[in-house]
Amino acid sequence: MQFFGGSEISPSPPVPTTAGNNAHMMYVFNRNGVCLLYREWNRPLHTLNPQQDHKLMFGLLFSLKSLTAKMDPISSDKGNLGVPQLPGQGCSFHSFRTNTYKLSFMETPSGIKIILVTNPRTGDLRESLKYIYNLYVEYVAKNPLYTPGTSIRCELFSTALDQYVRSIA
Amino acid sequence: MAPAAPRSGEAIFASVERVNAELFTLTYGAIVRQLLTDLEEVEAVNKQLDQMGYNIGIRLIDEFLAKSNVSRCVDFKETAEVIAKVGFKMFLGVTASVTNWDAEGTCCSIVLEDNPLVDFVELPDTCQGLYYCNILSGVVRGALEMVSMKTEVTWIRDMLRGDDAYELQVKLLKQVPEEYPYKDDE
Repeated sequence: MQFFGGSEISPSPPVPTTAGNNAHMMYVFNRNGVCLLYREWNRPLHTLNPQQDHKLMFGLLFSLKSLTAKMDPISSDKGNLGVPQLPGQGCSFHSFRTNTYKLSFMETPSGIKIILVTNPRTGDLRESLKYIYNLYVEYVAKNPLYTPGTSIRCELFSTALDQYVRSIA
Repeated sequence: MAPAAPRSGEAIFASVERVNAELFTLTYGAIVRQLLTDLEEVEAVNKQLDQMGYNIGIRLIDEFLAKSNVSRCVDFKETAEVIAKVGFKMFLGVTASVTNWDAEGTCCSIVLEDNPLVDFVELPDTCQGLYYCNILSGVVRGALEMVSMKTEVTWIRDMLRGDDAYELQVKLLKQVPEEYPYKDDE
């Protein structure tokens, strides 16, 4: 039985094709830096405790965003490093890749940040992150039992998410 | 990859699941009626409706963003247009128009010709101070707050009070910049 039914999320975006690799982990933050969700699929190494880990990730994105906006050669609307920007102001990055992983990032105007860490060979995941945002809307934002700003404990969302991430990774 | 184009209100309205309009109208009426019974004071009902709308708005904004593909608006003028043309169409099935801009571009009116909440409604003499549709002002306020705009939303005209249209005044108080949420000593 689908309880929080509502509208269909469709069509599912085309799955980026890559051969046999895995998503490592995923974070969802809100504007206040609260980690709403942390999922882990394949992460052999933990160096920090979860709180420090989340904080580091959020800090990385926050700084990287303001750096990328500062380096932007096209837009004149930049402001100074460290000076708070209005949400959506300046440019923003959507992924970076190292030799061991790729981090894909999406931020909505409402301040929800979705971060997916995958194998470095993964293709463009922007559409996939959008799809995950749609899952969030259907299963979390529309869930009357969910209090906005708290961590997500929603079975259906986790299941749908696991399934989808498995299909892209 | 080009970003997906914003979808029109009509297209989204056609693609989402809808409920029967009369059921919706009557359910809303029943809620207001119950609030009047529970809270007794008309002022308290206005406040409660606004609060309920706010709670809806802070969730609804995510659905709006996810389905409409609207990206950041350049200025408040565009924001108001998007609310009137896409937002109202998407969630209520009606379009509104934006008028009465002030000189600074921070205050405008959203005018609704058609309002599905008020079919079959007549205000009795005892409820003359009631803003029957106050839930809508709360929704707009809540949704805009989630995209960092503090606003004040008030009813200027209300057909239930004998005016010729529904006019919602939206006033931008301030835009909240994004800040690093953790303190250094944490």
